Order: sequence, then structure tokens, then C-alpha cells
Amino acid sequence: MRGWTTLFLKEVKRFWRVSFQTVAAPVLTACLYMLIFSHVLSQRVEVYEGVTYTAFLMPGLIMMSVLQNAFANSSSSLIQSKIMGNLVFILLTPLSHRHFFYAYVLSAMARGLMVGVGVWAATGWFGGWALQAPLWVLVFGAGGAALLACLGVLAGLWADKFDQLAGFQNFVIMPMTFLSGVFYSIHSLPDFWQGLSHLNPFFYMIDGFRYGFFASSDVSPWFSLAILLVALVAVAALTLRLLAQGYKIRT
Amino acid sequence: MPAIAFDQVSKTFSGTRGQFQALREVSFDIEEGEFFGLLGPNGAGKTTLISILAGLSRATHGQVRVLGHDVVRDFAQARRLLGVVPQELVFDPFFSVHEALRIQSGYFGLRRNGAWIDELLEGLGLADKAGANMRQLSGGMKRRVLVAQALVHKPRVIVLDEPTAGVDVELRQTLWQFVSKLNHAGSTVLLTTHYLEEAEALCGRIAMLKQGQVVALARTAELLQRASASVLRFKLDTPLPPALAASARVTGRIVQLPAPNAQAVEDILASVRAAGGMAEQVEIRPADLEDVFLGVMEQRA
Repeated sequence: MRGWTTLFLKEVKRFWRVSFQTVAAPVLTACLYMLIFSHVLSQRVEVYEGVTYTAFLMPGLIMMSVLQNAFANSSSSLIQSKIMGNLVFILLTPLSHRHFFYAYVLSAMARGLMVGVGVWAATGWFGGWALQAPLWVLVFGAGGAALLACLGVLAGLWADKFDQLAGFQNFVIMPMTFLSGVFYSIHSLPDFWQGLSHLNPFFYMIDGFRYGFFASSDVSPWFSLAILLVALVAVAALTLRLLAQGYKIRT
Repeated sequence: MPAIAFDQVSKTFSGTRGQFQALREVSFDIEEGEFFGLLGPNGAGKTTLISILAGLSRATHGQVRVLGHDVVRDFAQARRLLGVVPQELVFDPFFSVHEALRIQSGYFGLRRNGAWIDELLEGLGLADKAGANMRQLSGGMKRRVLVAQALVHKPRVIVLDEPTAGVDVELRQTLWQFVSKLNHAGSTVLLTTHYLEEAEALCGRIAMLKQGQVVALARTAELLQRASASVLRFKLDTPLPPALAASARVTGRIVQLPAPNAQAVEDILASVRAAGGMAEQVEIRPADLEDVFLGVMEQRA
């Protein structure tokens, strides 16, 4: 085993030690959304033909949980280590910026996907567990988790205080996830908002992920995949660059 | 090949309130097996120099090499050879002492390091705390863990940045016993400290930094010779005459003044008496490192 796998395993242990808060809590939250929205809206909305609103809501909620938790893991771990000062234990080792990147991104993906599986297992009681195209589910789940894990590293590097990080989460990540079609199909929106949604990269992640459940979606999953990959490559490149520079961690 | 080579190291910090030059062309070598002291007042640049050595900070100009490995270009090898005890009392609250040491070993790619970890725990008096969570430890115990973490990969060059600041006597002794043992076994030690008697007792050579520059660099014995041969020490209840105050070391009632010969002793006591004071418990002692340090710092002011 190499040095960075230790860092990866340490990061996994870190969230697993408090899994009640990092895994169980987001699953419960998703279930509450499911319970309330499906109860209120199931009679009124039919998004795709033959797909109940409850079933439609499920992949959106799963993906939202994956994205939020992947982001939360890398960003909160980094800022805690920065503020506590224990990041120095990693900075003093021979681990390179790439090793750092792999360990933080993969561990954040692990938490995001773990929560995703949990939400899928729990909300399946309402909407069913069937997956029409499981490979797409996997590709978008992992790709989306990777993108948000990278964004989490970026935010964790940039933020000097917890409230700056909370600001990033509440004013950037939350609006982009909520306005990406988690709770609705963007086809039900007026033209202006539909156009705007097409500029939101989160929309493509959720739409592509949903394709894996129903084999139907607002846009082609290949197109969504292309957008996801472009975003992922751009954000990962920026993250690696800042890590190589030692942005805000090496003076 | 030197254990540590500082070559024309400069560091300028740029902030919102302009620039600050923390180090100015610092150059010196530390040979393998040395116990080397780096002294200087707060803000002299000691920690900045060590941060550059450890890769926590980057020099604006110049190079640093650890056993020939450049700390920037060949950072992985340099860091394998280097064990740094940071000045701040930092810890990871998620893990126990033993876990922290196993994880730290893992970062260096060491998997079967149990025997050495046990030896570290034993040698630093941590054996009965191995299972305790880092949060439950006292400050002194956390400091011991920091030392153990720095040594977990058996570095050939050990750097201790003020390891005894705010630490009790027992820990100081444990620490120096253990570090001296490693030094005798061949490890190079670089120590920064505010306790000059510690540096005098432990370090073979000493560099003094002031405002980012090396202002003295010599064997400890030579530095001590360089100081005025003796010091006059007495207790005084009245204020010191201004002419003496400039070169005196005053600690409460205790006054210490450099007095190279009998004439100087007489002159000092005479001027104290002339000012209406009465020197009590008068004694003459040989100069120590603190006198040298104060002398050097004063000269360059």
C-alpha cells in the first residue's frame, strides 16, 4: 500500500466514526422530503408517462444527497484540519499534491455514494428499487460525487472560517441543487426558467442520473455526460493546480 | 555532505499592509550528527526558516537541502529524511495516540512499524496513554505525541521548534534524554529554544538570528569565551543608576552586569553606592549563554 491510501482510509474513518451524523442523518432527511412531497404532490403531478411523482422524485433526492454529502465531506474535513492546525501532519509527509487530491476526492465520493445507496434503499419503499439502466446510475452517481468532492476541496482551501464555508454551501451549492430539477421536470417550467436551468450543470447530473432509473429524461444522457465530464475536468484541473501551488496551505 | 544546507535563503511576506522581509540571505550548514541550536528573539525568523526547511513555506530566494536533497525539487526524499516537531500544540481529535502514530507511519508508506511505535511510546513516557483519545490528553502529553509523530519514520535529521515552551521539568528531561540518545546514535538535531541554558547544555554549535539575519554562528564553547569573562551579580532595592542600566540584566531585585576585571567590579559598586544604593549578596560568576546572547543582540541593535 502507498502513503496516500492511508490518507484515504483516514478520511473514510473520520466520517465513519460519526456515521450517525454523516450518513444516517442525510438518509433520514431525504426520507422526510420523500414522505412530505410525495404525499402532497402525488395526485397532482405526472412528469413522465407511466411514472408516478413518488418514483420520479426518488432519483432526484438520491442524487441531491450524493452531491451534498460529497461536498460536505471534503470541505469540512479540510477546513477543520486547517483551523485545528493538524493539516501540518499531512504537509510534512512526502505525499504530493496529487496524492492529497486522490485521498480527499475519493473519500468524499465514498461518503456521497454511501449516503446515496442509503437513500435509495430507504426511499425504495415508496417508489420501488427498479433501475432501467444501472450503468448510467453508477456513472452519474460517481461523476457527480467526484465533481462535488473537488468543489469541496476548492471551498475548503479557500475558506478561512466555518461561516465562509457555510456561505458557499448555502448560497452556491444549495440553490444550484434545488434549481436543477430535483423536485420537478424542467419541461413543466416557463420558457425563461427552462432556459436558465439549461445553464446549470447540476441539472444535467440529475437528469442523467434519472435516465438510469426510467430510461427517459429531459435531454440525452450522452449530452449530460459530456457536460458533467467537461465540468469535472475543469474543476479537477483547477483544484490540482491550487494544491500544487499550496494555495492557502503552504505560505 | 551537510545534513542541512541553507543557501542564501530569503523570505518576503506580502500582506495588505505592505511587505515584510522575514529572512535575509541566510546561509549556513549543519553537519551530520551535530546537535545544533538556533536562537533568536521572537520574530527573528527562526520558525520561518524551519518552515522553509520543512516545506510548509517557500523561500522567496535561495535553496535548502536536506542531506543533498532540495526541499522543493526533491521534496519527497527531503521529507523522508526530516522529522519536524511543530511549535503549535496541534492534534487530530478523531484518533487515539496509537492510531495517530500508525496513520503517520502510513503517510510515509510504512506498514509494519509497530516495534518502533512501541519504542517511541516507551521512550517518551506515553505507553500507558496509547489507547487514549488525543482530546483527553494534557498539554504536556500532547507535546510528547507531537515528538513521537515527528520521529515515526526514523528521520536522520530531527527538527524541534521550541519543544519545551510551557512544558514541565519532567517532560523536558524525558525529551532531552530521548533526543540525546537519538543524537548519539547518529541523528542530526536542530533545536530552536528560548531556554538558553538548554541550548548551552545540549548544543555543540549555535547560530543566532536577529531580524532575519545570522548575527552569530560558532561552537557553543567559543561563544562563551567570546563573552566578557565574568558577571557581577547582586541584589538591589533601589533603582539602578542610568549609566549601568543600559548593560544590565535585571530580574526583579537581581541585577547582573558584565565585569571583565576587578576594576570594573569596583566601579560598578562605587556608582551604586554613589546613587545611594546598597548591593547585597554580591557574587561573581562566569558568563553564560544568556550573557552572550544579550551581548550579541545589543551590538546589532
